[in-house]
Amino acid sequence: MAQPIERILVRHLASRLAVPLFLLDVQGTLVFYNEAAEEVLGRRFDDAGELSFSEWTSALSVRDESGQPLAIDEMRFVKALRERRPAHERFDFTSADGTVRSLEVSAFPLQGQGGSRLGAVVIFWEAAADVAPR
Amino acid sequence: MIVRLWGTRGSVASPGPETIRYGGNTACVEVRTDDALLVLDAGTGIRRLGTALRDHQGRIDLLLTHLHLDHLQGIGFFEPCFRSDIELHIWGPPSTTLDLRERLSRYLSPPLFPVRLRDLGSRVSLHDVPPEPFSIGSVTVDGEAIIHPGPTVGYRISSGGRTLAYLPDHEPALGASSFPLSPDWTSGHRLADGADLLIHDAQYTEAEYASRVGWGHSSLEQAWAFAVQAGVQRLVTFHHDPSHADDQLDEMLADLQARDGPEVIGGREGLELSLA
Repeated sequence: MAQPIERILVRHLASRLAVPLFLLDVQGTLVFYNEAAEEVLGRRFDDAGELSFSEWTSALSVRDESGQPLAIDEMRFVKALRERRPAHERFDFTSADGTVRSLEVSAFPLQGQGGSRLGAVVIFWEAAADVAPR
Repeated sequence: MIVRLWGTRGSVASPGPETIRYGGNTACVEVRTDDALLVLDAGTGIRRLGTALRDHQGRIDLLLTHLHLDHLQGIGFFEPCFRSDIELHIWGPPSTTLDLRERLSRYLSPPLFPVRLRDLGSRVSLHDVPPEPFSIGSVTVDGEAIIHPGPTVGYRISSGGRTLAYLPDHEPALGASSFPLSPDWTSGHRLADGADLLIHDAQYTEAEYASRVGWGHSSLEQAWAFAVQAGVQRLVTFHHDPSHADDQLDEMLADLQARDGPEVIGGREGLELSLA
């Protein structure tokens, strides 16, 4: 399916960024993720292509600050995206090689001309060690 | 469908002995069918078109791709704008900030121009290009946002089973790690897909493009790659750089014209193409 111009531009930007970035459509399908995000997912975009919401969320293994598994469906940023609001949160994440990392994630909805819904952008950062989990 | 080029130059009009063959007027293309007259962009080439339309009566649809001056500057010199027997429909890209009337009025008002939009003598209707295809007579027009600074659309114009794609200002290679990406991820591909005729931005040489990334235009090589991916029959190069003289354009085009693939035609004023 032809992608709207806004998503094409985000993809081009993402492909040049060093921070992991997910680009989602309105159904939550992961239509693009950049090279840095391949490490988060444990898959290469060129191999896997688009991932449905259930595919990409099941590939993430996340825990809260007390070490308890978190259902990604219940995470603040996923809820916020469904409600078309921006969100930011921190969580622990087990990457494909088993390494546990603390990440912060910012997510915001994309809105196009005339208020059209275009999906969302999710950006991950390594959490700074001296920042307490929220 | 008959397609006539009235202005093919990009950025700024550049008349002179060195541009006499390809022309110095900025973007304007006439598209005629049995029941519709479409004018694509209102660059300085539209002035001569207006003179040629003295016998035309009724409706004219002016389809603007965007509102940069080289696509708008001629509108105040388009004679049909001032005729009460003309029903002039102006289509332009939607914007989230100002409507089309307000944006056009920024140019069509003092001090930039002596006549205000509301004082044009024709019956003017303004339309944002809708997200879905629309009809003008038997012509189907499909507009879609494409990569160029500011709100900009390209057009896919179909009639009688033939299709013209018009993307005069377009930088689909902007930021792409390799170009072209797959069709779904290439700006403008859907508009050009399988078109009989593609009129496309080809402003720069490869060397020029390297120092003008983000300015909204394509190199000749990028235009070719875009046309090949879209599988068009003919590519008309357009929006020639004002610094490119006729002989230089000939040299730039010669390599592409020797290749297998779409027929490559250098866009020049006065060129008439039939899509039948």
